[in-house]
Amino acid sequence: MTSTTGRTRMQANSYTSGRLPRWFAPALFAASMVAGLSVIALLTAAGVLPEFPIVLAVLVGVVLFDVLITVIASAAEGRRAATDRLVTSLVITAFVIALLPLISLLYTVVVNGAARFDLTFFTHSMRSVIGEGGGALHAIVGTLQITALATIISVPVGLFAAIYLVEYGRGPLKRAITFFVDVMTGIPSIVAGLFAYALFALFFGEGVRMGFAGSVALAVLMIPVVVRSSEEMLKLVPDELREASYALGVPKWRTVAKVVLPTAGAGIVTGITLAIARVIGETAPLLIIAGFTSSMNYNPFSERMQSLPVFVYTQYANPGSQVEFYLDRAWAGALTLILIVMALNLIARLITRYFTPRTRR
Amino acid sequence: MLAPRLALGALAALVALVVSGCAANEIGREVLPGSLIGTLDGAGSSAQSAAQEVWIATIQNANGGLTINYEPSGSGAGREAFLAGGVDFAGSDSALSSDELDGDFGSCVEGTTGIDLPLYISPLAIIFNVSGVDRLQLDAETTARIFRGDITRWNDAAIEALNPDARLPAATITAVHRSDTSGTTKNFTDYLAQAAPDAWGAEAADSWPFGGESAQGNSGVVNAVTNGLNTIGYADASRAGDLGIAALKVGDEFVDFTPEAAAAVVAVSPLEEGRAEGDLALDIDRTTTEPGTYPLVLVSYVIACQQYRDPEIAALVRGYLEFVASDEGQAVSAEFAGSAPISDDLAARVLAAIASIR
Amino acid sequence: MTGATTPTVSDAASGRSSIQARLGDVIFRRLALGAGVTILVALAAVAIFLVAQSLPALIADPADLRGEPESFWHYVAPLAFGTVWAAAIALVIAIPIAIGIALFISHYAPRRLAQPLGYIIDLLAAVPSVVYGLWGITVLAPAAVPFYQWLTENMGWFPLFAPPASGTGRTVLTVAVVLAVMVLPIITALCREVFVQTPVLHEEAAYALGATRWEMIRITVFPYARSGIVSASMLGLGRALGETMAVAMVLSPSAIISLAILTPENPSTIAANIALNFPESAGLQVNALIATGLILFIITLVVNSIARAVVHRHERSLESR
Repeated sequence: MTSTTGRTRMQANSYTSGRLPRWFAPALFAASMVAGLSVIALLTAAGVLPEFPIVLAVLVGVVLFDVLITVIASAAEGRRAATDRLVTSLVITAFVIALLPLISLLYTVVVNGAARFDLTFFTHSMRSVIGEGGGALHAIVGTLQITALATIISVPVGLFAAIYLVEYGRGPLKRAITFFVDVMTGIPSIVAGLFAYALFALFFGEGVRMGFAGSVALAVLMIPVVVRSSEEMLKLVPDELREASYALGVPKWRTVAKVVLPTAGAGIVTGITLAIARVIGETAPLLIIAGFTSSMNYNPFSERMQSLPVFVYTQYANPGSQVEFYLDRAWAGALTLILIVMALNLIARLITRYFTPRTRR
Repeated sequence: MLAPRLALGALAALVALVVSGCAANEIGREVLPGSLIGTLDGAGSSAQSAAQEVWIATIQNANGGLTINYEPSGSGAGREAFLAGGVDFAGSDSALSSDELDGDFGSCVEGTTGIDLPLYISPLAIIFNVSGVDRLQLDAETTARIFRGDITRWNDAAIEALNPDARLPAATITAVHRSDTSGTTKNFTDYLAQAAPDAWGAEAADSWPFGGESAQGNSGVVNAVTNGLNTIGYADASRAGDLGIAALKVGDEFVDFTPEAAAAVVAVSPLEEGRAEGDLALDIDRTTTEPGTYPLVLVSYVIACQQYRDPEIAALVRGYLEFVASDEGQAVSAEFAGSAPISDDLAARVLAAIASIR
Repeated sequence: MTGATTPTVSDAASGRSSIQARLGDVIFRRLALGAGVTILVALAAVAIFLVAQSLPALIADPADLRGEPESFWHYVAPLAFGTVWAAAIALVIAIPIAIGIALFISHYAPRRLAQPLGYIIDLLAAVPSVVYGLWGITVLAPAAVPFYQWLTENMGWFPLFAPPASGTGRTVLTVAVVLAVMVLPIITALCREVFVQTPVLHEEAAYALGATRWEMIRITVFPYARSGIVSASMLGLGRALGETMAVAMVLSPSAIISLAILTPENPSTIAANIALNFPESAGLQVNALIATGLILFIITLVVNSIARAVVHRHERSLESR
């Protein structure tokens, strides 16, 4: 915002001159993409590259766009506008780059998972199944129960801890909790499983296996994510809202419950969904403490309980001689797991839409 | 807003399905009089996992009241759990060590120990993926030098001498080993240490003693060899799929891998000395020159108590293991898990040991 | 009770409600405090468990440990290095992209488009780590092999790209990319929520001063969101440091310390090393693995303190400006 640039803009100040037309950037983007694709296609045809790498082509196109738009804008619109254009194009680049692995991942899972995504898969367990057939009902039930219990444990603890940190906490205790929540994010999942095993072995003896113990292990991993995300969201609630509420004589706890929490609601729910997504795919701790079984078990408080990630992992890692049946089940299990989290995400969004005050965006 | 509503509907259907009842394949189990009834828990070797699955499925189908769980948590974890009394039997790629035999066994009557029963023989294969090469012949010394990293090119003189007919490329060898500790690595390195001690220069170990490229599990190695360039690796033979399998030099001839050849080397191997009655730990002779034997095998044991604290558990273990050691049990694991059936002679000794379980 | 001592009905009512309010406040504060303390207790329990289980390995004869290292510290050093190294590369890749995506959704994309886009990125968080591992070894690693070979042949003088190139693509860089994709949704989702909360008045004031969109973001959104960005990165870092299965499946590890990120021999990470060796370990070997878990715990602690300290100093220097 130096005076020189201000003057250049002043001189060229008009709505029509000194500005690139609206259609220019999208057109340039399309042109760069086509250029990128054709360059790579030419190289492939010339035999420089072994096969047509679509990812490389997209990357070349995007980078070409970044460079061109900056150069053209700095010539036509001045430095500040060029910087703005560059950042805009970089932001779009980031998005395209992130979409590449996402599309590749989802494509891989859907294509491979579709083979066994049938009714049998959702109505059968793996009990007494040899080779072909069988399903993951036992694992689906296990995952839903174990994750639900983990959520029931960690959301109240995590949310109230966040409320403490933002609304009440001060001094060394607050600092200690903030610090150790950070540390807690670094507990390797397998250690959480070993810890839950040691804890439950104290009460139930060696060899204990139960779904609930798996929930405790997952809760250890989940709590820091809930605390950290909720805390950030609570911090962002403007103090004016709290003060207005106090001024009306509303006690603090009702202010938090009725004003602060609903205002931060969408963000908190996003955080909780993220936390669930983080733990629902955990394999290592559940293999240690929730165990492995091929049969149904509806009771999370006794006996081994199968879960989807463990199901997927063991189907992949220890197949019999007809490998394709096992891999098909593994991919179908992975697809199911993703769909479950998607559904949870949607439900969470619907809930927040109904219960939070309308936001600006 | 159609998408969310659809997803919600699908979820409701799923939840209803899940909550409403049993798995379709678990309804109406028939409990015949005189069949085995109860629950057995086992844990251990993941190499055995596929075989355990088919054994369990077959015996559960015949005994509606029986449930057996087998956790493929690894040999070490399985033995630990068995020693602590957490499971009724363990699967392990190596026999109980003398330290473990001196300690306590949680499920066994005090003063008695666990016994090793060799019930799963799996041939290992040296798999390769080299453009233009369909058949590869190797001896122990060349194999050792390839996997140590001493031979780095496919057209090395040592490999060409063994494969006069093959057109070996002038490409770098990528030798892939297991990144996790495993019974497979232990048996593979045991073969190299016994058959080519000078070239290999290390002892048998379940973790890889040298550097080089590695991948996790049989699945990982097969994957790396399939997707990599000019690769070679070792894995369970049942997992080789379309990959080439190297023939091994035994005596003066090259032996192609077959389950029979793998079972043959176990049949000529002696029992380990100084073991208790009924403990059938094997000392595999990898240096044998007997024709038609394939020395690269993995022997995995089922570990059970000599005498259980709970006689009902003992009866279930006996019933299960008798089936596993039977011709039928070994046949189903051969068909569905790619193992090599144990020889009749060994089966008789295993069955005698199983009969002594109290 | 209080009503009896007060003269008027309306005062009585307000008295009762103020007592109720105070009671509610006390209960609410105790609940919040209790939750905070619960976390500390849980963490203390985990720490006690780790230390108790680690001690046998720390005082044991190193010859009894796997691979017979000179000492436990020789065993753990490459692992500790690999953990930090892989996580650092992953974050260097992930943070700028995550901020870019979050900005795209909060300030660039049209509102109608923004929500579905955010949802799509959230989907990445739903993918279980086993699937990331499978994707890494079946799709990413094979696709990267020619690229790695080109880099080592043409830019091998640069320490990071030192030859030899891996023949299977299972390198630290591949792992870091997988980790980056895994932490991306976490960082993006939190950043997005924070960016959206920037007061509109600030943004409009910036525009009124003639700022371009980027200048508006730089002077209003970023200062407002700094703490949120750091927290989001911290969560991402935690996940990257502790990720087990995906790293175990993708990496080709060795017990070495090396900066080269394209070679077949890579430093392993602590969590992956535990997963790779735990199944076949017994007795003291298990203790040694848990001891490495304790080291990871300490690494997280140190890295977090450093990050917090840096942010704190930065914030103070901003205030004094």
